[in-house]
Amino acid sequence: MAKIVAGVATSHVPAIGAALDTQRSSEPYWAPVFKGYERSKKWIAELKPDVVILVYNDHASAFSLELIPTFALGCAAEFEPADEGWGPRPVPTVLGHPELAWHMAQSLILDEFDMTIVNDMDVDHGLTVPLSLMFGQPTAWPVKVIPLAVNVVQYPPPTGNRCYNLGKAIRKAVESFDQDLKVVIFGTGGMSHQLQGPRAGLINKDFDTRFLDRLVTDPVGLSRLPHVEYLREAGSEGVEMVMWLIMRGAVDNQVQEVHRFYHVPASNTAVGHIILENKGAA
Amino acid sequence: MATSNDYNDIPGTTVFDAQRSRQGYWLNQFCMSLMKAENREAFKADEAGYLDRFPMTAEQKQAVLDRDWNRMIELGGNIYFTSKLGATDGKSFQHLAAAMTGMSQQEYADMMLHGGRSPEGNRSKSEWEGKQHG
Repeated sequence: MAKIVAGVATSHVPAIGAALDTQRSSEPYWAPVFKGYERSKKWIAELKPDVVILVYNDHASAFSLELIPTFALGCAAEFEPADEGWGPRPVPTVLGHPELAWHMAQSLILDEFDMTIVNDMDVDHGLTVPLSLMFGQPTAWPVKVIPLAVNVVQYPPPTGNRCYNLGKAIRKAVESFDQDLKVVIFGTGGMSHQLQGPRAGLINKDFDTRFLDRLVTDPVGLSRLPHVEYLREAGSEGVEMVMWLIMRGAVDNQVQEVHRFYHVPASNTAVGHIILENKGAA
Repeated sequence: MATSNDYNDIPGTTVFDAQRSRQGYWLNQFCMSLMKAENREAFKADEAGYLDRFPMTAEQKQAVLDRDWNRMIELGGNIYFTSKLGATDGKSFQHLAAAMTGMSQQEYADMMLHGGRSPEGNRSKSEWEGKQHG
């Protein structure tokens, strides 16, 4: 049986990828950011998951305004890093797990989550920066990755409650897969940031701290937070944090907080990161 | 059920909702075309001529030519799309963000290094009345 053993949440700031790709990660501006992930890299290297389900959002890379799927599940065998206008990031091709991904799609749709199935999709910084933060700069990614792209660009994104319940359905789907696989789920994006308009640069450390606390202890209450609260308190792009609730729904109700990191700034954004293990997990 | 637009009270913020998406469709799709290297070259060689390939309004085209990032947002642009125009110019997200706040890039970067823009005084349009921002 496949099993989700842990959840990871992290910001996916593009400038973090650029700093790594241009060998600037030891500069004073960036060093504290990468230091916050040193423990995480050791943790995941020891855990050795077979598959990562990576919840992220596409930033107008694979999906333009022609097609805006709310939940798009990557079922392909591989996904190339997207050219986001600068040329693709120099990171390895992302290898999928089509068998588990298709199983998840079937299970989720029959569970009344109407997923979009994607067989051809480039993956942008939203997916590759979290991989870089957790696995460093290998010549090949050490895990299979199932991308789950969530629309948070076109308002409205799915509600926190919907995301949390999707996480629960993902867990059910994974646990009904008949291969022995160790699975970790990533929820990415956030934390507080606003990239547009005269209010750009908004950072709300109090909101972010409460969000991290409640993510651990009160996920159901947190899942009821309306979009306007994210937009006002965490900035127009802070609404990405609904994606963390998919991760949270897919792990145990009671979890062990293994690691937490918070840092301002990375470019325009507050970097938040947390690792949650199922109690009694491998 | 009526759609709630409670987010319209947030100052200095444009939520990319249905109305904006319809208004900005071709502006954003123009930006999207810059994902391809050959289109970036064609745009750089003749900006106005390239823009004429898209059924954008004259105001939208002018905002692009002026690199008026706030105006593009007002006219239905979305930051994840307009940032591709920024990338074509070799400008980062932070450059665009600074420009939209009216700060120099250095002033903006300093604000971020000091913890960013506080939510205090920045939650409601009523808090911005009579104040000069950016």
